[in-house]
Amino acid sequence: MSSDQLAQYLFTGLTQGSLYALIALGFAITYTVTGIINFAQGEFVMLGGMLSYLVLDDLHLPIAVAFLIAVIAVSLVGILLERLAIRPAKDAPPVSLIIITIGAAIFIRGMVQQFISKDAVPIPPFTGNGTFSVLGAVVTYQSLWVIGIALVSVVGFYLLLSRTMIGKALRACSINKRAASLMGIDARNMSTLSFLISAALGAIGGIVIAPLAFTQATIGVALGLKGFVAAAIGGFVNLPLIVAGALGLGIVEQLGGATLSAYKDAIAIGALLLVLIIRARWLQTAAGSE
Amino acid sequence: MKRVLKKALFPGLIVLLMVFPLLAAVGCGDGGEETTPEATSQVTPTATAQATPTPTVAPTATPTATAQATPTPTLETYKIGAVFAASGRNAPLGDPEKKTAELLEKQINDAGGINGHKLDIVIYDTESDETKCVLLTKKLIDQDNVIAIVGPTSTGESVALLDTVTKAKIPLVSCAASYKIVQPVEDRYWIFKTPQSDLLAADQIFSYAKKQGITKVATICDSAGFGKNGEEALTMEAPKYSMSIVDKESYGPSDTDMTTQLTKIKGTDAQAIICWGTNPGPAVIAKNVKTLGITLPLFNSHGIANQEFITLAGDAANGVIFPAGKIIALNAVPDTDPQKPVLQKFLTDYQATYNSVPNTFAGHAWDAIQMVVMAMTAVGNDKAKIRDYLENDIKSFAGTGGIFNMSPQDHNGLGPGAFLMVKIVDGKWTAIQ
Amino acid sequence: MPKRLFRWQYALVALVFAGLVLLPFSGDAYYTAIFIIIAIHSMLVIGLCLLMGYTGQVSLGHAAFYGMGAFISAILTVTYNWSPWLAMPLAALSTGVIAYLIGLPLLRLRGNYLAMGTLGMGIIFFILFNELDQYTGGPSGLPGVPGLSVGGFSFDTDFRYYYLVWSVCAVMLLVSWNIIRSRTGRALRAIHGSEAASEAVGIDVPQFKIKVFVLSAIFASIAGSLYVHYLSYVSPNPFEFMFSIRLVVMAVIGGLANIWGAVFGTGAVTMMDQHLGTFGELDVILFGLILVLVMIFMPRGLVPGIVGLWEKWKNRRTKAKA
Repeated sequence: MSSDQLAQYLFTGLTQGSLYALIALGFAITYTVTGIINFAQGEFVMLGGMLSYLVLDDLHLPIAVAFLIAVIAVSLVGILLERLAIRPAKDAPPVSLIIITIGAAIFIRGMVQQFISKDAVPIPPFTGNGTFSVLGAVVTYQSLWVIGIALVSVVGFYLLLSRTMIGKALRACSINKRAASLMGIDARNMSTLSFLISAALGAIGGIVIAPLAFTQATIGVALGLKGFVAAAIGGFVNLPLIVAGALGLGIVEQLGGATLSAYKDAIAIGALLLVLIIRARWLQTAAGSE
Repeated sequence: MKRVLKKALFPGLIVLLMVFPLLAAVGCGDGGEETTPEATSQVTPTATAQATPTPTVAPTATPTATAQATPTPTLETYKIGAVFAASGRNAPLGDPEKKTAELLEKQINDAGGINGHKLDIVIYDTESDETKCVLLTKKLIDQDNVIAIVGPTSTGESVALLDTVTKAKIPLVSCAASYKIVQPVEDRYWIFKTPQSDLLAADQIFSYAKKQGITKVATICDSAGFGKNGEEALTMEAPKYSMSIVDKESYGPSDTDMTTQLTKIKGTDAQAIICWGTNPGPAVIAKNVKTLGITLPLFNSHGIANQEFITLAGDAANGVIFPAGKIIALNAVPDTDPQKPVLQKFLTDYQATYNSVPNTFAGHAWDAIQMVVMAMTAVGNDKAKIRDYLENDIKSFAGTGGIFNMSPQDHNGLGPGAFLMVKIVDGKWTAIQ
Repeated sequence: MPKRLFRWQYALVALVFAGLVLLPFSGDAYYTAIFIIIAIHSMLVIGLCLLMGYTGQVSLGHAAFYGMGAFISAILTVTYNWSPWLAMPLAALSTGVIAYLIGLPLLRLRGNYLAMGTLGMGIIFFILFNELDQYTGGPSGLPGVPGLSVGGFSFDTDFRYYYLVWSVCAVMLLVSWNIIRSRTGRALRAIHGSEAASEAVGIDVPQFKIKVFVLSAIFASIAGSLYVHYLSYVSPNPFEFMFSIRLVVMAVIGGLANIWGAVFGTGAVTMMDQHLGTFGELDVILFGLILVLVMIFMPRGLVPGIVGLWEKWKNRRTKAKA
């Protein structure tokens, strides 16, 4: 492997990892505030891409407008999901709530396939197809957009959580819902808010990666999976670890692909499992519960 | 009370769904709602009178302006079953197949049916699921009493039907690619297929590459059925053209970035890249190739023989070379080619009905249905006779995929002439030598 | 009053049982085939119910064990010409051993980590099934898997196969029922309630978890073997991630706390799947919608939900009388 090639693998991994980070944070925020693993997270990503395609293709609006419209629309979908499907089942056991999100994901996917398109659709890159070279790797403008927008979103997300009142409310809910409501925080609103944020994050990811990867009704499953994996690395609650895990997953994926492309996913997941198991053991010995 | 009703409604429905069929099955002893039992075994006297041996052009239904008196349904309906993956991961292949079936059914019935018998093509969606495909096929055989089956869309589903179709002694014309569907032919008595063989496509690619002086290639194939079969075909045929495959890369059908695999290929001494898969993978690869500035010739398989590839890949599609069924580059097909009028009509009709261009998969369905209809026209409503006709009497049949010559040893019936080498220039397909 | 409830429940169960026993006699090959698949899938879901409902361990990769049984049986019988009756137990044994080896590190993970771990396992095995094509035949699979026969009697019609698979399913139900009613079952429920408390009273938690995991894997393996002998074909395609998810859906829809729920949930979801086809293109959309609605109105699953409704209705009637 030459250094050029290595640089390429790392860079591609970084780009993919940025996308995974957005998805993973979406999983994290809904999980920490509501305790639910939202299997429809991947569909938010898909919707972001598909809706922006609709806006661009049918309404011929500029990409920035399409971006905004799509993110807002998908956030609304997130709110609807929480209100219509999750809230009515508040007292259900967690596994049933997961099934609800699975059903919702199937529903959303079916709707898109039926009413938008079953095929893959392209979206033009934000600022053209240009590339330049960094340490021997070919870098496209679009991948810079991916990394850049993901970075901004992650930082924005962090600032929201740590510096704003709403963020504090969200965090309070995630630590202890009852205590939070005693302090006057409406847990139900926070629940809706967390779905809104995760939908927005997912949509942003979906739009920004679409020019590179195309978008299609079926991409939600694989992407949701990868985001889930990244979130799992951080235990769903440790945000910096989640982001690191997402980037790590992206890079390991590419390195695995360079080694044996047929087993790329197996290598990435295998590496992840190793990390999880080692971490669990380490935590166990630390807690002294052997 | 309302709440209880509301609460009871859905579970009640589910319980009904489960218990009712059980009761129905136990009670009536016959799950089928419709179809007269005679439909299965009768050979109506009118049908047998047809002479068969001359090379036939499929009875293309000519829609006439004058209101044609469609013979009233005093004659029984002829039923063909169809299982296509109209949704799920193979939807881009199965959905056009379904549309073709619906189009043909209407055309044939508008022209008077098959010797006056109404044609009913019962179509089920397998959702790209093998188990579901098997169950739905059993439904077609047992409840819908079809006489022949067209489809399925994928190789896995097709081979999964082997046992069912053989036990039911019903002919199946598959629209899936792998040669394993029709070989070993002793075990495939009832099964035929219409798509061109992967081996032929591989041959076409290699023979063209050889002419360009290429001796070393790298392959990048998708890890699902179509891609893997392609990789196998390429591996098998390479030695015949003194080609060596210096690197074999793979990607997942839903992967969105293949720069890593291509970067690796860039570092080898391959003189050309052969990509094998169905959209969107090859389009992503074409774009990645361009982004990485790789100037090696990029070959593809017939899996990209559709407009979608060009739409997705945009500029990056230019320069891509692949073997295509003639449906793609119709303008390059000489008027003397017996396939031309067939393709022209199919293209026009499909476009008029669905406002989109049919792809090769739609063509596979067209070929399959036409062959079954031809058989039915000749021998009527008999499963065994239809099978025999398909095996022995399809000679020089000009379909969309090529000119079919079926035989007891070859249940695919296509030879090397089935493909045209095509290059994408300025977003359009041009035939090349 | 309790007696009346009792009788009704028994009547319903007897009805369903009779229906199941008599179904193939109806001559309806399509429904016979559907119920063969329901039996096979139920075997998978029973194991999953034990795992999820009784020990609270979630498995998002159960299709892997299904696939292991399927491929080992297929490869041994097709490539090496073994008798299916030797191949099946060997497959079950191997799958059990593999489950044990995987379970040891995996079951140390908790909650979501375990979900992730089983999910990862499922994906890795799917990739292996797909890529080790010299053995597995790759995506095109291995046709020609022999059918099952005992002496001269061969299970080559759906009619016969139906009784075979339902008998196996019934045996698995009995085995599970026994486990639940025994001391082991109580231990399992204790673990589900609280692992820490169980450990405090001396239950060897890891050992129980592993045992149930291995048992569910063995059930899955047997299901896989029966599947391939039915189709005479194996390919990696049925063992994908989405199928593992579907198994979980079937388990939860039926009701995790109840192994009858396993069969019921499998049946309900399978029938729904087949019958939604009448709505044409909307079938996927409706499927998702129904899942959501069933979980909203009956969060603990159909069996507890229906039983609960029944009891409520009974109570209203007796209240009205009083």
